Amino acid sequence: MMFCCESCCSFVLQVFGMELQAVLMAAGGGSRMMDLTYNTPKPLLPVGNRPLIWYPLNLLERVGFEEVIVITTKEVQKALSTDQRLKTDVKMRLDVVCIQEETDMGTADALRHIQQKIKTDILVVSCDLITDVALHEVVDLFRAHNATLSMLMSKVHEFTDTVPGQKGKKKAGEQRDFVGVDVTGKRLLFMANEADLEEGLVFRKSIMRKHPRMLIKTGLLDAHLYCLKRSVVDFLVHNKSVTSIRGELVPYLVRKQFSKFLNTKNATEDTEKNQKQQDAHHNLELLSTSKEEALLQLARERSCWNDHRGDMSEAYHGGKLRCYVHIMEEGMCYRVNTLAAYIEANRVVPKLFEDPPIHPTAVVTERSLVGSDSIIGPYCQISDKTSIKRSNVGTSSTIKEKVKITNSIIMNGVTIEEGCNIQGSVICNNAVIGRGADMKYCLVGSGQCIEPEAERTNEVIVGSDQLMEI
Amino acid sequence: MADSDGRQVDSINHSTEEGVKLQEIVQAKCEGKELTREEKQRLRKEKKQHKKNKKDDRGPPEKEKEKEKASVPAPSKPATQSPAHKAAPVPVNASASESPVAAEKPAKSKAEQRAERRARQDTERASKQGKKEGGQLSASSKPKATPNELQPVVKRLPEHIQVDDPAALKKLAKKLERQQVPLRSDYGYKVSLFSHLHQYSRKNPPTQQISIPATVIHPSIVRLGLQYSQGIIAGSNARSVALLHAFKQVIRDYSTPPNEELSRDLVNKLSPYISFLSQCRPLSASMGNAIKYIKKEISNIPSQCKEEEAKRRLQECIDSYINEKIILASEAISKYAIEKISDGDVILVYGCSSLVNHILCEAFEKQRKFRVIVVDSRPRLEGKEALRRLVKKGIRCTYVLISALSYILPEVSKVFLGAHALLANGYVMSRVGTSQIALVAKAFNVPVLVCCETYKFCERVQTDSFVSNELDDPDDLIVTRNGKTHLENWQTVKSLGLLNLVYDVTPPDFVDLVITDLGMIPCTSVPVVLRVKNVDQ
Repeated sequence: MMFCCESCCSFVLQVFGMELQAVLMAAGGGSRMMDLTYNTPKPLLPVGNRPLIWYPLNLLERVGFEEVIVITTKEVQKALSTDQRLKTDVKMRLDVVCIQEETDMGTADALRHIQQKIKTDILVVSCDLITDVALHEVVDLFRAHNATLSMLMSKVHEFTDTVPGQKGKKKAGEQRDFVGVDVTGKRLLFMANEADLEEGLVFRKSIMRKHPRMLIKTGLLDAHLYCLKRSVVDFLVHNKSVTSIRGELVPYLVRKQFSKFLNTKNATEDTEKNQKQQDAHHNLELLSTSKEEALLQLARERSCWNDHRGDMSEAYHGGKLRCYVHIMEEGMCYRVNTLAAYIEANRVVPKLFEDPPIHPTAVVTERSLVGSDSIIGPYCQISDKTSIKRSNVGTSSTIKEKVKITNSIIMNGVTIEEGCNIQGSVICNNAVIGRGADMKYCLVGSGQCIEPEAERTNEVIVGSDQLMEI
Repeated sequence: MADSDGRQVDSINHSTEEGVKLQEIVQAKCEGKELTREEKQRLRKEKKQHKKNKKDDRGPPEKEKEKEKASVPAPSKPATQSPAHKAAPVPVNASASESPVAAEKPAKSKAEQRAERRARQDTERASKQGKKEGGQLSASSKPKATPNELQPVVKRLPEHIQVDDPAALKKLAKKLERQQVPLRSDYGYKVSLFSHLHQYSRKNPPTQQISIPATVIHPSIVRLGLQYSQGIIAGSNARSVALLHAFKQVIRDYSTPPNEELSRDLVNKLSPYISFLSQCRPLSASMGNAIKYIKKEISNIPSQCKEEEAKRRLQECIDSYINEKIILASEAISKYAIEKISDGDVILVYGCSSLVNHILCEAFEKQRKFRVIVVDSRPRLEGKEALRRLVKKGIRCTYVLISALSYILPEVSKVFLGAHALLANGYVMSRVGTSQIALVAKAFNVPVLVCCETYKFCERVQTDSFVSNELDDPDDLIVTRNGKTHLENWQTVKSLGLLNLVYDVTPPDFVDLVITDLGMIPCTSVPVVLRVKNVDQ
């Protein structure tokens, strides 16, 4: 695997070792919305007139991170250093690691790639996460229970808007995720995806014996935000077969909580030599020096707390590997990885900010009607008798006279000629809509031109070169 | 008033200018007494005024007063009690020591007023000669003596039992702000008798305002605070051990900044951590003693000691403290306690005390034949954990709730109780419900034995459970049965308050024996142990 360039910055070790390092995964392709992303990389898609990658960066900055390792492609790296919004708004130091687009690197592979940089426990965030979660809820589980994995999930919102290009009713749903939690709703006991199951859900007896009451939830959205212990990264280094965090690592960790040999093996017996020879499973038990563990063990023995009642085992059933999940009941959590999610996010996000809906540099003539729930980006030009309702208009777009735009997303550099009527559509970067065109629930790809007087309903208009790619 | 006093002194001095030294001194003494009384009144008035006007200067002036107190006793005593010969040099001494004290208060208006007064006196003095200056200066040194006499009467209360005093709260808020520790807000309606205590909710964790990753407060301290507030580490011994473990990590990650000494800087670094921990959950007596020990050890590090060496030494100190005071102490206590357990005994225990569980397990291993009755109480239901540990060992147990206590007591031959702290007047502070058990046991003439390590002995004196206690989350009292939660909206009922006390105190009359690592002592010998401990240190 070649990596092109690495903007290197030495770690400033503070007075004590850092608690958590943030890793932002921004190399994904957006495979489920190729129409939008064939020309623009997913992290740079504008949502509410800000690039998508801005949202997780803002979340990390708000809670107090000062540095983030960003794993991304060259194009995004260029944008990170040139885009106005990203440069000025983001005050954290970004350590950008580039990977080639062609190499099909999974998220776990990426972690393995930056293994040298990782010195403590990590917080992995995906670039398409838009949320206002109180991050301390997730991290507190990680801290308090000394967990190996702590993740965030949210109740799925149904997307009600019509999605351009979708013919007929939405399918019954993508492959469902089955998530099993214990009675408190915090401990993660079981995770499986419908795709991996053949006939039904299979539970190990050991889980049922330890946790007789389990709540199985479907309809949860995985936010792809994980707190992982440092030893997990070391485990990944030794096990090169694991490629994806969500697809392989997380279910593996959840399963391994109840594995037999983890409970019986004593970590202090493992020496460095043995670990390399022994099975991969044992690496997960890499713990700090035995003396300190002895004190923690003593404290736990003397403490009169137990996480469960009714059987004869000690707290956590003596297991050293624990996975926790925080399920958001209310609040906003979106993963912008499908077109429907993208549209929904654009609708909701402007309410988050106190930015003026119309950017000061935009030129909006007096006789135009811009609704209060629309936002206009910088350097736009909105001409007379134009009505814009519930829409987002991106940077440097030109809207001529007598245009009616409702419920739509206009990205950057778009030109819309006079007399157009655009409803419920997504117009991508640098597209041109000819005069008098009537677009309903359409998706116009990047750089496309729509001929004047065109009437399109529920269509996806993309370039021929893009069609060839598929 | 000063003027008139001054003039009085002047006139008297004038008249006795040529008199014998003794006479002068006697009169100076009388004048001194008069002056002190009047000066006292004046100072009281001044103090009241200043308290009304300047609240902000309260911090530094207190420190200054303490400094004054330290430097003043030396001159004040000789000034008032000096025999004839020393009268002359002593006022000079007083004036000499007094000028640095005066120099410490340049910015305060009180000092400004004093300076003005002194200036006035000086101008009057300027027209007179030598000894009158001495008299004047000793007179003005006496006002500094009087705050010393006034102050010891008022003892400062710890802030954590002054929650209903807005001034104390403001002081706490300012202190926490200075240390960059987030302030945790109280929750819910507090029962009026306990409104002077903090009451926190588990739904508002102390980490809400702490940055992720934690930078101001060491990550292991944040983790510890979370574990305290969620009750994952509960029990006096467990909390102390976990605290010392976290301190070991802090010391390991510590590096002395340039131009600082480890012995002083490390102690300063620990203060915000301790404030944070007490925000998460009020410190226990054992934790307080452990912190005192650590701070003492750190201050005793010689300055020429290298950093690595110092850190290693501190880690060893902590290890030896835990080993001696907790592990070995519990071994010693088990040894003594096992002598008291005979075959055929029925032992009653309350809640989950790590020490009592250890004793019973050891006794079982030594082939003693006994059975245990575990008494439990809501809302913590810690007895279930004690029951699990004892049954796992193989001991025959019975489990009852505290409401069945008088029913079960006729069967019991001994009661073993654990303690959270032993107070200086012999009272035992332990989990709420312990005093009830001791009382009923006394009524049934069942011996009550309290097991407690010496590091939990504390200098505090308490005769009731109200003054200093801990209020736990009131929502713990809410229970859901058959899908119904009757107390769900208790906050909306104005006249309803939920009280979840954690500790209570048992008088020494109900306790027959205290088993410590120093031996088996009666409850009233606790002050002796404390005295011996202090002498040792």
